[in-house]
Amino acid sequence: MSKGSQAPGAAASGGGAAARAKRPSVMTKRQVRWRNRIIVALALFACALVLERSGALAALFGTPGDVYAAFAIYLVPYLVSGYDVILKAFKGIVNREPFDEHLLMTIATLGAFALVLFPDTGPHMAEGAAVMLFYQVGELFQSYAVGRSRKSIADMMDIAPDYANVMRDGRLEQVDPDEVAVGDEFVVKPGERIPIDGVVTEGSSDVDTAALTGESMPRHAGEGDEVVSGCVNMTGVLTVRATKPFGESTVSRILELVENASDKKARTESFITRFARVYTPVVTGLAALIAVVPPLLFGLAWGDWVFRGLTFLVVSCPCALVISVPLSFFGGIGGSSRMGILIKGGNYLEALAHVDTVVFDKTGTLTNGTFEVVGVHPAGACPAPAEGDAAPEAAPADADELLRLAAHAEAFSTHPIAASVRGAYLKSGGAAIDQGAISDVSERGGHGVSARVDGHEVLVGNDRLMAQADVTSQPCELVGTILHVAVDGAYAGHIVIADVVKPDAAEAIARLHAAGVSKTVMLTGDRREVADSVASRLGIDECHAQLLPQDKVDQVERLLAAEPAKGRLAFVGDGINDAPVLTRADVGIAMGAMGSDAAIEAADVVLMDDKPSKIAAAIRISRKTMRIAWQNIVFALGVKVLVLVLAALGIANMWMAVFADVGVAILAILNAMRCMNVAKMAR
Amino acid sequence: MKRNIKLGGEICANCASKIESQIAKLDGVNDVRVNAMTLKFTLDADDDKFDDALAQSIKIFGRVEPDCEVLA
Repeated sequence: MSKGSQAPGAAASGGGAAARAKRPSVMTKRQVRWRNRIIVALALFACALVLERSGALAALFGTPGDVYAAFAIYLVPYLVSGYDVILKAFKGIVNREPFDEHLLMTIATLGAFALVLFPDTGPHMAEGAAVMLFYQVGELFQSYAVGRSRKSIADMMDIAPDYANVMRDGRLEQVDPDEVAVGDEFVVKPGERIPIDGVVTEGSSDVDTAALTGESMPRHAGEGDEVVSGCVNMTGVLTVRATKPFGESTVSRILELVENASDKKARTESFITRFARVYTPVVTGLAALIAVVPPLLFGLAWGDWVFRGLTFLVVSCPCALVISVPLSFFGGIGGSSRMGILIKGGNYLEALAHVDTVVFDKTGTLTNGTFEVVGVHPAGACPAPAEGDAAPEAAPADADELLRLAAHAEAFSTHPIAASVRGAYLKSGGAAIDQGAISDVSERGGHGVSARVDGHEVLVGNDRLMAQADVTSQPCELVGTILHVAVDGAYAGHIVIADVVKPDAAEAIARLHAAGVSKTVMLTGDRREVADSVASRLGIDECHAQLLPQDKVDQVERLLAAEPAKGRLAFVGDGINDAPVLTRADVGIAMGAMGSDAAIEAADVVLMDDKPSKIAAAIRISRKTMRIAWQNIVFALGVKVLVLVLAALGIANMWMAVFADVGVAILAILNAMRCMNVAKMAR
Repeated sequence: MKRNIKLGGEICANCASKIESQIAKLDGVNDVRVNAMTLKFTLDADDDKFDDALAQSIKIFGRVEPDCEVLA
């Protein structure tokens, strides 16, 4: 390096140091060295250009000596900027991995220099040196851009806490979460992330699940409550006893899942990799043909055609594709994980983009899966149900008494329906259940229960129980499970219990249709009337009720067989008992997975919260990601083919070729970064 | 034995898949993953042959993509 050229390099690295102090790890050490080398080479190149153009060389060496002098002075910046490329190309040949970009660039640029041997074409030394320089500028920028994108996606996914506060020798110490064993207690201060799944032993606070679900939703956690790692503790100090080791906690499992997702490649990705392996040798072969055939067969100028062949070589590198396409997928997967949508692989993202049929297992996906009282109707006062209304209706005067009697009669039952009756009674403002008022309780297996409450004989159960007791029961127009109540042998009324539809279920279905899903299907083990009522209320196209678990697999098989070749079927379940169906579908989606290992394990796509509207968002994100990936493929190949054609015709020069190589790669990387922008894509 | 090893520098998907297929052919290797996005290298090999396989793998990395360093 000459003395004069060190100044700009040193100044630049000084500036770089200042920038690094403010924002660490913006550029790696290697990149800084690389950049300085390019700056030095640029300065040398500028000197050479001035010397040549000013006529100084011609004056000193005369003609044709000036051509050789120019050759020499352009060789200096060329070697400074590109010696590593030449070295790598050489290594590639030695290691029998010759067809890489380094060899192609080396041949192309050395070839441009070698054209000095063909005086008829005019000198191309400046071009040779410039191509190497700009190739290096492009490569550096590309390396920087990829590094940055990779880092920002990784940061986005990084919800893992760095430490856990553990009490040791009476003092709180920050330790590696890996060191905390099951049963150990740790402290989470306000603003900190919960590092490990556990149970609160002391304190109470609100915890925010935003890092897991993508939506800020504070949940209260008090003594005895389970807390999930990854949530942020908001208000109070919590002491938590670890129930799982760090490696098995929710947050570690999610991270592992998302990171491994890029191992499972989409068909598009593997196609690009395979394509790249063919593309380079083919273009290289074409370059050789173009350089040799026209001059040999038609006696055209050697220099001109060799130069066209060399231009071909510059375009033959597939970098733009092999970098930007996987980056698009990685961005889409990383971005959606921020919204609480975990996609387990590029292949699933691709399948999700082609989904045209969505099959729901009703309970736990469209409905809450918990039974709630939706109507209390005293005898003779059964109103017609209001259209589409599942909320408890304004009950007639002695509805409270009816509920009180039923709740007392069911006081000792463990059946979920009994629990919801008691829950509704307490919620409606009823006093605590007076156990002294209850006697002679007996369960009537499968039909209901009878008990003596306040001295009255109370029967609570289905119509068969009423028939047994010779009580005429009233039918109800509300759909659900009907609990009839008889007091002292007289019909008192009935309570309607139903699985409550989630608030965003109808919107979820509408959004799926809007996103282009042609068919929505609901499968359920529930009764036909219940299922039909839910399906019609939500706008579901097809509904199959009264199914046993194995029937659900059959139904999915049938729907899969009816799928058009390009369509994909997604099955949405709550991850409980539906593993066989989840694996059978093209895409298995489990929801409400926060803290549920089984669901995370079985599904291809995991929704951390239980909002069915996220399914449409996941499909939209997948489609946008696929579109961006294809944009990159079409754009990169299009520009390359165009430049190849222009080069063959002698219109494109090496500058255009360098743009077609690194310029396109950089643009494609920037485009791929849009995949991270999921919040906008989901809409 | 299975180990997750970080990678330094950078690597493209193309080189990653080349390296993957070469390491897969090594003696005693059960499974290998080179993740170009997360810069992670996962090697699963028989216990007695693991160290050999790892040493060989590092050589393969150096050969195919000298810019990518195995931080084992």
